[in-house]
Amino acid sequence: MGKIEWAMWANEQALAAGLILLTGGIVGVAGQFRDWEFAAYAIAAGVFVCLLEYPRGKRNKGTSVERTGQYCFTVCVKSFGPLTRNYYVRAFLHAAICVPGGFILATVLGCVCLGIASLIYLAAAIRGEQWEPILPRKESARKPVGESIKLPPQNPPPRPPAEMRRKRAEDLEAAAYVNPIAVTANDD
Amino acid sequence: DPAVWVMTSSWLDLQVVWMAINIFLFLWFYFFYDLGDQFFYTRHILGSALAWARAPAAVLNFNCLLILLPVCRNLLSLIRGSFMCCGRTMRKQLDKNISFHKLVAYMIGLMTAVHTIAHFLNVEWYYNSRLGKYDDLSMALSSLDDSGNTTFLNPIRSTTTTPTLLVFTSVAGITGVIITLSLILIITSSMEVIRRSYFEVFWFTHHLFIVFFAGLVIHGAGRIVRSQTTTNPLHNATFCKDRIDDWGKIQECPVPQFAGGFPQTWMWVIGPMILYVCERLLRFIRYMQTVKYRKIVIRPSKVLELQLVKNGFKMDVGQYVFLNCPAISQLEWHPFTMTSAPEEDFFSVHIRSVGDWTQKLIMDKDKAMQDFCDKLKMGVDGPFGTASEDVFDYEVAMLVGAGIGVTPFASILKSIWYKFKDSNPKLRTRKIYFYWLCRETHAFEWFADLLQLLEREMEERGMGSFLTYKLYLTGWDQSHANHVMVHADADTDVVTGLKQKTNYGRPNWDKEFEQVRKENPTSVVGTFLCGPAVLATVLSKKCVKYTDVDPRKTKFYFNKENF
Repeated sequence: MGKIEWAMWANEQALAAGLILLTGGIVGVAGQFRDWEFAAYAIAAGVFVCLLEYPRGKRNKGTSVERTGQYCFTVCVKSFGPLTRNYYVRAFLHAAICVPGGFILATVLGCVCLGIASLIYLAAAIRGEQWEPILPRKESARKPVGESIKLPPQNPPPRPPAEMRRKRAEDLEAAAYVNPIAVTANDD
Repeated sequence: DPAVWVMTSSWLDLQVVWMAINIFLFLWFYFFYDLGDQFFYTRHILGSALAWARAPAAVLNFNCLLILLPVCRNLLSLIRGSFMCCGRTMRKQLDKNISFHKLVAYMIGLMTAVHTIAHFLNVEWYYNSRLGKYDDLSMALSSLDDSGNTTFLNPIRSTTTTPTLLVFTSVAGITGVIITLSLILIITSSMEVIRRSYFEVFWFTHHLFIVFFAGLVIHGAGRIVRSQTTTNPLHNATFCKDRIDDWGKIQECPVPQFAGGFPQTWMWVIGPMILYVCERLLRFIRYMQTVKYRKIVIRPSKVLELQLVKNGFKMDVGQYVFLNCPAISQLEWHPFTMTSAPEEDFFSVHIRSVGDWTQKLIMDKDKAMQDFCDKLKMGVDGPFGTASEDVFDYEVAMLVGAGIGVTPFASILKSIWYKFKDSNPKLRTRKIYFYWLCRETHAFEWFADLLQLLEREMEERGMGSFLTYKLYLTGWDQSHANHVMVHADADTDVVTGLKQKTNYGRPNWDKEFEQVRKENPTSVVGTFLCGPAVLATVLSKKCVKYTDVDPRKTKFYFNKENF
């Protein structure tokens, strides 16, 4: 398992955890559970985690697959610079965010899932992984055409070597021109 | 197209039947719990959250039964074998196993969510009831204790606990949390991104299913979903609900008794669990059978061809095997499409260096060959997968292989050629058009060699027109074009050395279909693709477009095989 980028899995786990935290929070608030304030917190925390984790990072090796419409999220997340690039920060952030979720039943699952995501991010950070934004490839993949194409040609067009150009005795009709002198085979 | 229609309609039928059973189970158990008299008092505290928890539970039982079955590939192969007589459509159904497994998994995920949310509500309502926040009846019911001549309804017995504490001190609660966590981890590691890039993470995490099933089976052992039992004399809830103070004092209302439901999940899943254990045993036994190396060929571009021999091994065209090499990794089994034909007395795979496992295998071949054979003992499981025998039924076959999808066609082309040479009556094919699309032929030089060999053999027998193939390099650049311009007069193609020219860019399918139709004005043409889904859409549309309404003229049938 030497080549796995743990951050990829941590990202999936964290996004799932965010959704579960959010759902648990909604249930807690809608059901007017005891200590529903924790549920309200979970809604906010869940939304925050989802927004942070939605844009996938760029893989070191291989093609990175974007999530639908993640570009605007990528720009937002990128703007926090080292805070979002560094996975140690994310690991501790998720660990801290998940704690209040453990206080009421409705959000306890979200809490544990986020905790697990935090551990995987820690593993990713220890292995030196970083979050790189997936940015659209620049259009100029093709070499830009130079200005000289707009000027008339300086050189004559390329031609096949002289032997091929010369009129051949056996194929007079195919020749491009009429010879004033008879053509004979070269005997030297 | 009857063949395609029948196949897709069988798969559709399966999904429809499955969904119908799910809906039936959901509704049956929903109304069982929502209308049943024995749950009258339970519902008084929990409302419809009871039914909303129990209905998904039934659907979960059914789907947890199903989920293990599609992945018993050896057992499925055995069934497939015994269905040889019953036609291909039945067998194709069984080959849709992974798709079905995923479908069932989604249902399990969805039902788990509904079940869990409903039970969170239940626990909260029970908790509130215990603290007397609801009406008198609720209070009375919750006060019933498991002592003397009373039995409890409300599983929350103490007034100083919290919902969270209840969950973590009950069998149902702890198992529920553990198995839901396992399920979540299985799902996140099965996302396409993870599965395709880091197979090992997917495979190892997936084994949490063992934890899942263990927890699932004991999940109901606490029997905390309680219903009213029949007492003598009867306690009529509708009559007695307003006479709480008279319970135990008047004859019509003895103290109501409650008991938990008998845990049923194990009855649903024990069968498939045993089958799955048998499946793993069977895989182990097959793995222990000796696999001998017949030949090892190092192909250009880091491709390794392994020719293997195993007792009693029988394959069909286009099938795949799982290989395991304990020297590299004890637990990993990786699928490889076979590149040999069933007519050969060995089976072969071509292995490209793609991931960790394949890279190590190719690196190790550099050691002495003798070492290789001794140290790299190989385990083989299979063969599995689509038997593409339909290919032989069509008079004219259009075979399209894109990228790595060309691999099963090695098997198919070889087999067709063997059958043709032996005048095998199973082979109805008289003409093949093969279209090979790839970015660059670098990794598939071995396949180009195969085509050259077939080309030579056909010329020798004067059957040059049996196979027409066209190669499309979709990843050409300026240097390619320059190279071709300089060698424009050469008779064979510069890139592949094959007689027929390489084309650059993607095929013009309209032209190709026109040509096939022109050359075969009255035939039935089968089109087979192993490649990306986009191409499948394109080709199936062309098949429809170029099929003539007149039944005497050319007809195109499209078959997409998922190798």
